[in-house]
Amino acid sequence: MRSQLSALPVSGKIGLSLVVFWVVLAIIGPFITPYSASELVAYDVFESFSGKYWLGTDYLGRDVLSRLLDGARFTIFIPLAAAGLACATGTFIALFAAVSHRRTDETISRFMDALISIPSKIFALVMIAAFGSSVPILLTITAISYMPGSFRLARSLAVNVANMDFVTVARTRGESRVYLAVKEILPNIVHPMLADFGLRFVFVVLLLSSLSFLGLGVQPPQADLGSLVRENISGLAEGAPAVIVPAIAIATITIAVNLLIDSLRGGATYSAGSK
Amino acid sequence: MTNHVEVNQLRVDVGPLESPKTIVHDVSFTLKRGEVLALIGESGSGKTTIALSLLGYARPGCRLSSGAVNVGNDNMLALNEKQLADLRGRKVAYVAQSAAAAFNPSRRIMDQVIESALMHGVLNREQAKVKAVDLFKQLALPEPDTIGARYPHEVSGGQLQRLMAAMALICEPELVIFDEPTTALDVTTQVEVLKAFKAAVKAYNTTAVYVSHDLAVVAQMADRILVLQHGKVMENNVTSQILNHAEHPYTRQLLSAVQDSDAFQDNPKHDTVLEVANIEAGYGKILRDGSVEIPVLSDISLKVRQGQTVGIIGESGSGKSTFARVIAGLLPAAKGYMLLNGKELKPAIDERSKAECQHIQMVFQNADTALNPAHKVGDILGRPLTFFHGLTGRARAERVAELLELVKLPADLAHRKCGALSGGQKQRINLARALAAEPTVILCDEVTSALDTVVAAAILELLKELQQKLNIAIVFISHDISTVKSLCDEVVVLYKGKKVEHASGKAFRAGPYHPYTELLVSSVPTLDPLWLDTKPDGHEQPTVRIAQNDALCRFRNRCSVSILGQCDSLPPPEHKLPEDKRILCHKDMAL
Repeated sequence: MRSQLSALPVSGKIGLSLVVFWVVLAIIGPFITPYSASELVAYDVFESFSGKYWLGTDYLGRDVLSRLLDGARFTIFIPLAAAGLACATGTFIALFAAVSHRRTDETISRFMDALISIPSKIFALVMIAAFGSSVPILLTITAISYMPGSFRLARSLAVNVANMDFVTVARTRGESRVYLAVKEILPNIVHPMLADFGLRFVFVVLLLSSLSFLGLGVQPPQADLGSLVRENISGLAEGAPAVIVPAIAIATITIAVNLLIDSLRGGATYSAGSK
Repeated sequence: MTNHVEVNQLRVDVGPLESPKTIVHDVSFTLKRGEVLALIGESGSGKTTIALSLLGYARPGCRLSSGAVNVGNDNMLALNEKQLADLRGRKVAYVAQSAAAAFNPSRRIMDQVIESALMHGVLNREQAKVKAVDLFKQLALPEPDTIGARYPHEVSGGQLQRLMAAMALICEPELVIFDEPTTALDVTTQVEVLKAFKAAVKAYNTTAVYVSHDLAVVAQMADRILVLQHGKVMENNVTSQILNHAEHPYTRQLLSAVQDSDAFQDNPKHDTVLEVANIEAGYGKILRDGSVEIPVLSDISLKVRQGQTVGIIGESGSGKSTFARVIAGLLPAAKGYMLLNGKELKPAIDERSKAECQHIQMVFQNADTALNPAHKVGDILGRPLTFFHGLTGRARAERVAELLELVKLPADLAHRKCGALSGGQKQRINLARALAAEPTVILCDEVTSALDTVVAAAILELLKELQQKLNIAIVFISHDISTVKSLCDEVVVLYKGKKVEHASGKAFRAGPYHPYTELLVSSVPTLDPLWLDTKPDGHEQPTVRIAQNDALCRFRNRCSVSILGQCDSLPPPEHKLPEDKRILCHKDMAL
């Protein structure tokens, strides 16, 4: 493990430390807020950095640092879980399709095409209208919206690998389809799928933020980073930290995840080549 | 006469600047105008790297770190990218190994052939087209006036290779680099392509560098031969000297790998383990009478005996790989039956039992794609052990070590992934995996054709040894007639999916042959430098599809001895010759 860590390139180390930083912050954040996240603590709105309010105050005079610490968990864990769910189900359905008979493959693929043709925002709006907005619903909606894209990528990768000779060798051995999919094909597509996961994580962050923008995301008084940007947007003209800081936070999270995943791929080929 | 090309103390490095690894060590050679130099060596010997340096080009990661490369008056290493771009294609041209990959499939051939002439402004469009047609004639391409209007997929592999030469010659360059241009071609096609190249190089008085690993091919083409190993020059001399008075031991090793070994021992006859009878197979829909829409194999029968090798030869498109897929059950046969150890073998793999799968194992041509890059060698070999024999843990690890020893690889390889192994090592592991199942029959599909001569010879040696030790039957599929001759107890020659000749190894070596086999045998280059020049014009494989239920001889259009009125009207009879040799031909072979 230690050798793997040291084998990471610099960008990967930066990505890893940022990801660890945000995950830790998301876990302990709600317990270390200097003020209550929903309490109006200052009379001045859009205050700048100060000793009292480290990251200033927002449009209602609440402490931005406290709101950031409280909201980070939504922006980290919902997209993480949703992107993870989307990629995992997408990949496994794709593997199943790739090793199945052509008819099964076609049926699944056309069904996914139908799903992919539904715009994700409209789909989210309809679902929220029907079931109301809650964290489990948001998770399900985003996972379903991004699963077909993941499926398509995984399927095209898996079909290529499934035509390789080593899969044919396993087939002539009489191996089961589950073995072909999990042991022969999956290890060869897992790295591009990880990169895809990073992309989808960013998409989910954006979708959730835009839902929050419409007031349909995480419900007040709780707020994710996307809604923090949205609710303080009027402070942009004043250059208030209340709008800039959460935006920077979203940027660092998404960039860190992508840096880490890109370097994991490089790291894996490196270790395979050097050993 | 001064030297046209001078390479002086060329050194090529890879890796980081502080700790470079040298892959070409101070190579020097000179060439006069119009001379042909061959660079020969196994893969990794630096031959392509040196050839590319003549273009002033180093592949990504490589650096031309010191030395000088002079072509005419230009030092290719001192020029900048823009100056080089001006010279490339105009003064120095390159012909790559795979023409199929080098042509853009979505553009017409003519546009691609004349592109460099237009780019360099040497000719205008009309002149370039006229020039291209001249070149097509020169290179003996069929329909030279109209072939340029076709797309790359509409011509055959050998034609595409010649079109690529036309592309290189359009600006009349001073120097042409041929990088293994015939390696991917059938022997019969290779002859035609080599002839065309030789004539064209002579006609334009072009200096040429010919990169190859095949000494016999090089003997036909080159005036001088430069033998390379591990980036160092082993020997540099005129062709006749190299062929007749090789000084370096490595050169002698290369030479001996080309020459046929006559030391063949017939294996004793044993019981039949696999019988294939009247097999018909192909692709597409199954028609009402049970035959397939696009037939590939028709009426193939043969018996494989324990401990013996059956060789199957043919050009690409003869259906030999399809035959292996039929036996393995990957492509179920439409008609006919198969018996394994006397019991019926179902055509499709899904219907076969685990034990039946175990008895038939396949070894693929390309070990790079046949071994899962994500698995360690130990897992690749261990999986059949667990799957067929239920071995786990320690017992499995011990058996893996035994298998590695069997194919003469060190046991500690088990913990490595196969990405870092050499081509020969990979092919050994590929073989060991098939052996792990303890099969009765191994299907070897072109197992040596992707390997260098010396490495291939070692693999064949290993195969022979293993067969004697383990008493397995081998179906050996190859396009290389000399390999089949030296290895097989029984030989089947396929042409367009039909068995045209079937003989015991002994009878096959003795001849006579079917006219098609004759053509194959005579197309294999020998070390005699005059071989190509004295060879009569061959009969290249035409691209025709097999007609449904065509009972006539499928070879008749290419045949040099076809009998008018017989070959085109009656199905060929089967001649039975002594030693159980059967030939499908109208010509009476006994005469």
